[in-house]
Amino acid sequence: MELKLKIWRQNSPEEKGSFKEYQRSDFDPAMSIPEMLDHLNLHLMRAGERPISFESDCREGICGQCGFMINGQAHGPEKGSTACQTHLRSFKDGDTLWLEPFRARAFPLKRDLMVDRSAFDDIIAVGGFISVDTGPAPEANSILIAHQTAEDAFDAAACIGCGACVAACPNASASLFTAAKLNHLALLPQGKIEAQERVLQMVEAMDLKGFGACSLIGACELVCPQGISLDNIAKMNGAYRKANWGF
Amino acid sequence: MRLQAKIPEGPLEQKWTRYKAAAKLINPANRAKYKIIVVGTGLAGSSCAASMAELGFQVEVFSFHDSPRRAHSVAAQGGVNAAKDYKNDGDSVWRMFHDTLKGGDFRAREANVYRLAECSASLIDQAVAQGVPFAREYGGYLSNRSFGGVQVSRTFYARGQTGQQLLQGAYQSLMRQSGLGKLKLHTRHEMLDLLLHKGRASGIVCRNLDNGSIESFEADAVVLATGGYGKIYYLSTLAMNCNATAIWRAHKKGAGFAAPSWTQFHPTSLPQMGSHQSKLTLMSESLRNDGRIWVPKAKNDQRLPGTIPEEERDYYLERRYPSYGNLAPRDIASRAALDRIEKGYGVGPMQNAVYLDFKDALEKHGRETIRQRYGNLFGMYQKITGINAYEQPMLIAPAAHFSMGGLWVDYGLMSNLEGLFVLGEANFSDHGANRLGANSLLQACVDGYFIAPHSLMDFLARSGAIEITAERQSNAQASKAQIEDQLQSLLSIKGKTSAEEFHQALGKILYEKCGLRRERENLEHALKEIEALRERFYQDLMIPGTAKEINFELEKAGRLADYIDLGALIVQDALQREESCGAHFREEHQTEEGEARRNDADFQYVSVWEYLKPLTYQLHAEPLTFDAVQPSQRSYK
Repeated sequence: MELKLKIWRQNSPEEKGSFKEYQRSDFDPAMSIPEMLDHLNLHLMRAGERPISFESDCREGICGQCGFMINGQAHGPEKGSTACQTHLRSFKDGDTLWLEPFRARAFPLKRDLMVDRSAFDDIIAVGGFISVDTGPAPEANSILIAHQTAEDAFDAAACIGCGACVAACPNASASLFTAAKLNHLALLPQGKIEAQERVLQMVEAMDLKGFGACSLIGACELVCPQGISLDNIAKMNGAYRKANWGF
Repeated sequence: MRLQAKIPEGPLEQKWTRYKAAAKLINPANRAKYKIIVVGTGLAGSSCAASMAELGFQVEVFSFHDSPRRAHSVAAQGGVNAAKDYKNDGDSVWRMFHDTLKGGDFRAREANVYRLAECSASLIDQAVAQGVPFAREYGGYLSNRSFGGVQVSRTFYARGQTGQQLLQGAYQSLMRQSGLGKLKLHTRHEMLDLLLHKGRASGIVCRNLDNGSIESFEADAVVLATGGYGKIYYLSTLAMNCNATAIWRAHKKGAGFAAPSWTQFHPTSLPQMGSHQSKLTLMSESLRNDGRIWVPKAKNDQRLPGTIPEEERDYYLERRYPSYGNLAPRDIASRAALDRIEKGYGVGPMQNAVYLDFKDALEKHGRETIRQRYGNLFGMYQKITGINAYEQPMLIAPAAHFSMGGLWVDYGLMSNLEGLFVLGEANFSDHGANRLGANSLLQACVDGYFIAPHSLMDFLARSGAIEITAERQSNAQASKAQIEDQLQSLLSIKGKTSAEEFHQALGKILYEKCGLRRERENLEHALKEIEALRERFYQDLMIPGTAKEINFELEKAGRLADYIDLGALIVQDALQREESCGAHFREEHQTEEGEARRNDADFQYVSVWEYLKPLTYQLHAEPLTFDAVQPSQRSYK
């Protein structure tokens, strides 16, 4: 299968980047996007060119490591999929694919399609947990959790931390990421106790890290590989208001 | 090499209690005087690092990933076992111990396996306290399901993403300590050497993967929690970057490598579909609770599965193992599938798969129940294959998965090198020759949360801190210089074959000659082929760029150099063990019915290999004794 690839090449954060064009006709529709890049890189190396730097690890959509823009969409055109779960059969023979990194002030570019997403870890570090030390704890069934509550908490906890939500947002907001963690924990009885403090700290960290504000556009929900709902943001805003002003 | 397992005296049920009671403590005020390095941030590494930081030790954590949350524990799907007996179905610590020991074909230590079962219930309590959203019944109680090799329901799960949810718990505990300033996190750092001071682990040397600088870090104890090496087979269920480099470099410094050839092939992976494929995706074993495995009774049957009538289907697991049926353990289920495929009954476009069929379960429970149980797995299957498993059976095949082997450790998880602890899949300890499903998440967590905090503190209390001396500093300098030289020599080859291409060649040799089935002549061939591959690697390796920049090809090449040497050891280990046990199936040693034939008289020991020089290893043995259970022939009929 033939594809024309326009890929963002940028050697380092200090240097200027640009799209570079590559064309090959020996792609296989069964290849995933990272497999396509592996294939292209092998030929670039053989021709003495620097291979394209991109990250990818589990290749089954759960580690959250891969991710870049494909034709202007985070992770590409397939709904509920990561780049590694997107196969070339989603495109037509002769198509042009534009690949560029996730762009956000809080995700500084490292090289080509690689960005630094450690700001997400910093948000978790200020409150994305239940303050319990490891080791023996009370009998698990002493905390009863309704079936649906556990399912809802799981839906929020399914976030893989890939950063697509930030990349899709015109404001580069991390609201969906932050709200998902807040709601995962706030829904559970063991996480409710610290909920007020948690929302204040995580929202503050989100702002300090340079993420933008949310204006409820909803692009984040559309690109989220785990289908995390925009409702989480509404709940976060409600909890933030209550924690700050008490209503 | 001295191998002292240091198993506490006393009855099986009291060994762990006695160990903890005898372990030495360090006054909370003095703990900050000791520094611990933890390499790896999967379940074992994150849980250990968080626990030690909470206790007040200085902890530095290293990961080659950009975030600790990426570690491959995240991909475990089906669940985690615990002997809670919530189902009142006859489960107990004793039964779980027995199932695990038998599942491992009596090639693990009784005391370790018992402790794993004993600590399992506490792990569930702790995970719930951390906020892990396990599945719940309508009354709010925790829900369970069954896994292979057992007849009770003791598996706790969070849809098909249990590993992700447990890792989130450990990662959040880790980040909490990081936020409190109680541990230091070094992401994008790959360990390339272990530092020793008078025979004791005293630090590591890393490459900073973002700028290529070689850095050394000193400590009073080093923990390796760097995962498994099933990726050596190239096509595997593991992540692309899973590697053996950290444990292999420690092995080269004197740590014994135990049972290297015991790699589990998972029976329910997706089959290979094309030549450009870089990995095989796992479909959770939990699917075997409701899915029935079959192939057509006729060879080369080209009909669509839905058109093959019931009486023309061979439900071969139910036929061969009526009491366990589709829940036969992984080694047995994988070999049975390979047998059907090799004999010409395979299905799918490459005739390299068997069917996993949900037709009966859908009729019995309805689509909604099946969706709640496995919805994300069915979705994942459809994304990869384009096939809707609610309408058609899944295509599945065995794939390289979990390494039961790893660095040898004693009862306290310390290797034969003093101060070097090895946790989780990186060690060899609890699973014997075959791991039961849902025991890997358990082992990683139990090692990190419940065992290492006691044994590490005990070690530090007895051995003290290591003084920073000029000798230590010059030792670190020498190691750094050596690592720089190694990287330069790889870069200077300037050949024409990429590391990935060498990896594919290595994987092919191992799959064909040292995979689900092994046989002397083939293994001897494999050894020669690996030696030839090694020679070609050092003559024709292609790496672009330099060592002082982001260079994924250089990273892959370094890992592959270690994989090639480990590959040779794997074959040597498989050759040496003249018996069949668990995942290690030697054609020469089977019963008339084609089942594994163990040789307890000659091989009731753990093989531990000492590194002498490249491709040359010396064998040591840790004899296994069984006091509580007498080894029997494993039967799942």
